Amino acid sequence: MYKFLLACRYLRTRFIALASIISVTLGVATMIVVNSVMSGFSSQMRERIHATLGDVMVEATSMDGTTDPVELLESVERLAGNYIEAVTPTVEIYGMMSFRWMGQDIYRLVTLVGIVPDTKNKVSPLAQYLLSRQRIVEDNVVIREPLRDINDPLDWSMTEEARQARIDWVKSQQLEDLERRYRNAEASFAALPVNTAAGQSSANAPHPDGQGVQLVGANGSSQEETLEFEDPFGSSSAIEQAPLNPEDPQPAKIFVGAGLVSFPYKDRETNKTRTMYMASPGQDVVLTTIKAGQPQPAAFRATIVDVFKSGMSEYDSNLVFCNLEELQYVRGMLSGPDPTNPHKDLNWKDGAITTLQIKLKNFDDAPEVVRRLSQGLGGYKYQVRTWEQKQGPLLEAVAVESAILNVLLFLIITVAGFGILAIFYMIVVEKTRDIGILKALGASSQGIMTIFLSYGLSLGIVGSGAGVALGLLFVHYINEIEDFISTVTGHKVFDESIYYFHKIPTAVHPMMVFWVALGAIVIAVLASVLPARRAAAMHPVRALRYE
Amino acid sequence: MSPILRSPMVSRPPHLWAKAVEKAYMKGEHKVPVLRGVDISVGRGEFLSIVGQSGSGKSTLMHLLGLLDQPDQGEVWLDGNRIDQLPVATRDELRNNVFGFVFQFYHLLPELNLLENVLSPLMIRYSMLEYWRKKRELQERGKEIIEKVGLSHRLRHRPSELSGGEMQRAAIARALAAQPTVLLADEPTGNLDSRTGGEIMSVLHKLNETESLTIIMVTHDDVIASQAERIVRLSEGRIQSLEEAAA
Repeated sequence: MYKFLLACRYLRTRFIALASIISVTLGVATMIVVNSVMSGFSSQMRERIHATLGDVMVEATSMDGTTDPVELLESVERLAGNYIEAVTPTVEIYGMMSFRWMGQDIYRLVTLVGIVPDTKNKVSPLAQYLLSRQRIVEDNVVIREPLRDINDPLDWSMTEEARQARIDWVKSQQLEDLERRYRNAEASFAALPVNTAAGQSSANAPHPDGQGVQLVGANGSSQEETLEFEDPFGSSSAIEQAPLNPEDPQPAKIFVGAGLVSFPYKDRETNKTRTMYMASPGQDVVLTTIKAGQPQPAAFRATIVDVFKSGMSEYDSNLVFCNLEELQYVRGMLSGPDPTNPHKDLNWKDGAITTLQIKLKNFDDAPEVVRRLSQGLGGYKYQVRTWEQKQGPLLEAVAVESAILNVLLFLIITVAGFGILAIFYMIVVEKTRDIGILKALGASSQGIMTIFLSYGLSLGIVGSGAGVALGLLFVHYINEIEDFISTVTGHKVFDESIYYFHKIPTAVHPMMVFWVALGAIVIAVLASVLPARRAAAMHPVRALRYE
Repeated sequence: MSPILRSPMVSRPPHLWAKAVEKAYMKGEHKVPVLRGVDISVGRGEFLSIVGQSGSGKSTLMHLLGLLDQPDQGEVWLDGNRIDQLPVATRDELRNNVFGFVFQFYHLLPELNLLENVLSPLMIRYSMLEYWRKKRELQERGKEIIEKVGLSHRLRHRPSELSGGEMQRAAIARALAAQPTVLLADEPTGNLDSRTGGEIMSVLHKLNETESLTIIMVTHDDVIASQAERIVRLSEGRIQSLEEAAA
């Protein structure tokens, strides 16, 4: 009885010990906050990786893919149909994207993914990441409401805004083309005599007045006039020309990753980071990839239909989703039934595909499905993996990171444990006479030891309890705290444009909280073992004489 | 309880008896003898005082009698049973049940209030469960004893809020709460002025008379010592004289 009464009283009267427990409290709180934020980030990341991939991927080992997707689909259905909710065919290939911005050409290395929007959206919810379906918020101000409903079926149609933007863009493009042709013409005239008639003075060669040409462009003369000027050498571009009506989109349509067509910049006036878009829906870009079966480049124009922003910068700055048929056509994996109009009535089922993305009814079945498919599809033709296996190194890196962080943070709590040990030693010395009295009154050595052990235990419980409360509160109000710190320091702690999150993601796992709290309590008890043993071993007479 | 109290008393042996006890302390590498063979016995209900200069070994003798320490040589007997060689747990139990201690510097626990301090031997005696079951009864007993030493108005005060005399009376109350048969008092008046010391002495006398409590009191003050029934005078670890004090 006296043991707990005394432990309780010591707890209430020894504030120095409470000071020592603050380190435990802070350690526990930090661990909870860090773990919650890290698992919040990683679960968001997993979600986003998962959203651009399927549950299970069947990838052809050859870059040219399999020529008979129908048969492949049937085999997959036969082998694991019970587990599968949706399947979508894709073609994945590296490529390069180029577009003009502010008078210069921008080149981007991309991964082109040919998709069938309808089934792709069933396998992984791509639609929700398209910017036209999102509300654009900057600094807590709604800049733009969604242009269309998030639940609209995913297709390649352009929004009204994109169509309008395309008309404007085509006009400005024509103007720019014109200007370039004038300049090219001038340059070629100037170069001609040098190249062809060596020795003659170039001053004799007639050439149009440079200033005059520029004036025409600058004055914005009528289109008819500008079209009269033809490039004397002609553009020997392999790119197919635009459709007859330039305001219609190209047959190839793409969803482009936000990171490919934008960059963050710092606004000088407001000192805030904003995102600058270099290309927007409605514009055309030139995509260059490789033909299947032969090492030849294939270039084509494509119209940006939408921009997607999954929040995984790895994807947002790499992926370009294209309509599957056009990609197959461009790569020579598919040809249309009508040779005069090759873009008409293309059907991906007649062409080749490289990857099947599969969504399962229950992700727990993934190993079973992978086993069945890799056995059933046979040989080296296909590689069957879950999305986790495909992204293994990335996910493992995150896991290792958080494990190391946990070890380091736990070391902090251990340091706090040594603090407790030192202060406990002090308290035992201070309490020497009381220990003598208790022994004189008949308390056993174990009883004395119990006092200090339960003192340590209660300090641990109080400290880690306060730590858990503090940590959970911090996690709960983390965005408010972030706002507050940002206001006080005038510096954005959590920059949305870097992380793509509006809020700091957190996920609290009860078991994690439990283990952290238990670990801290155990350390507090362990730290009090040594002082408690010392107290128990004290000789009553010497303890009583202690001054 | 322990077998000690069961033994029948035939020829009324002394209640507590130290037989040729010797004790030395190590001071650095030197062995400093404190007691060099002391025989002392006290009958039930007797008021004995041990006097001597500082360093004469009187406190050590009291510690040996109260089982706070073990003699190097010699034996300690209680009611016809040897007690100095009992296992630690039994000696702890004896200290709790048979002996009550009062110290010069009161030695109250500063974290506990007066009532809790008085009840602390009982808290040590009973497990938590038992204590809770008997809580009301034990608290009544505690209050009764506190009333006996005249501190009823200080029940919830901390030791730091009490005067020296009050603290010593509280210490006596604590020693009595365990209902001991022997009260061991080490310089109970040593830290008090003569008037307060006198009060303490009268409390002890009253206890000795009304409750026939055996009291062994250590003091260096002859005036105080002479109030006891019998005086044992120690000098350099040996008994110098035994006197009957006419109380």
